[in-house]
Amino acid sequence: MAGKVIVLTSGKGGVGKTTSAAAFAAGLRNLDLIMGCERRVVFDFINVINGDAKLNQALIKDKRNDNLFIFPTSQTRDKDALKRDGVGRVLEELKDSFDYIVCDSPAGIEHGALTAMYFADSAIIVTNPEVSSVRDSDRIIGLLASKSRRAEFNLEPVGVHLLLARYSPERVRKGEMLTIEDVKEILSIPLLGVIPESESVLRASNTGTPVVFDEESPAGRAYHDAVARFLGEQREMRFLQPERRSFFRALFGRA
Amino acid sequence: MRLLNLLFPERRTSAVIARERLKIVLAHERASREAPDFLPVLQKELLDVIGRYVEIRSDMIRVNLGRSGDTSLLEINVEIDGAGVKPTKNGAAGDGRAATRIEPGAAAPWVKPS
Repeated sequence: MAGKVIVLTSGKGGVGKTTSAAAFAAGLRNLDLIMGCERRVVFDFINVINGDAKLNQALIKDKRNDNLFIFPTSQTRDKDALKRDGVGRVLEELKDSFDYIVCDSPAGIEHGALTAMYFADSAIIVTNPEVSSVRDSDRIIGLLASKSRRAEFNLEPVGVHLLLARYSPERVRKGEMLTIEDVKEILSIPLLGVIPESESVLRASNTGTPVVFDEESPAGRAYHDAVARFLGEQREMRFLQPERRSFFRALFGRA
Repeated sequence: MRLLNLLFPERRTSAVIARERLKIVLAHERASREAPDFLPVLQKELLDVIGRYVEIRSDMIRVNLGRSGDTSLLEINVEIDGAGVKPTKNGAAGDGRAATRIEPGAAAPWVKPS
């Protein structure tokens, strides 16, 4: 079995990479917090690269899903230990046992982000409808096309998908936010999904539950749709219109 | 449609401004990203050579690789207007290399007499 490496990347920080990676299940970095497994981390990526631990000693099984494992990376140790060869070796080993390896990427366009995207088979570009985020996404898309392993070895190019997060239909209506069409036209990559700005995302991260498990949340359902589309299903885009709130909900309800 | 646009021009909302700013920034960044690696070196070497003969600053020379249709176009702009001819000894360039000295006011040797 040869698994696929999916990297969630964006250039800019705070756009929703980790939330999206958790939604796309399993990963590296801060995911232990988002997935609520932080107290179960014993060994991490660096231990495995350095040979201090076996891969299966570092993988943490998700409580909610038998086929989902989290592979944490230390936040405190020197991440320069994550050299490209080592990361590649571990990913190859993971590919033997998993169908999909979802890599969360650090923010920025430097060493860490470049290492994370180098081995990608598919890349999900998490973008907010906002100038600096779109600009950084454009740079990352350029790097995927020129500096990834697939580019270096002249293989089929990395499959690139746009995930537009923190989208606010209301602000778009007022002309305060770039529209979906604007971002699509500028980045010219296929749109995988639109995640509406939602209070449920912070609630989910507070409690350490991926927002996809919140069936009530528009963001959670939008992530479900995006994952289904990634796997080849045709699904209509939802949550693109400003929410109509009844008078009573406006008074007493919560979003 | 065009008539509609004339009657109801797009409002200059902040989103419209954001889109325009992005398009300008990205056009610039993409152009420099796609430029081949040798351009900065070429620019520096041209600067060295031209600098032997005339006073020139690095911002007075621009090298671009453009494209028009299916022809690649290497465009080199050298601004020497107002740049002083380098004072040299016995007509040679400062570093002693042979050079044709251009008298002020004389036609440049590469301009064909009409």
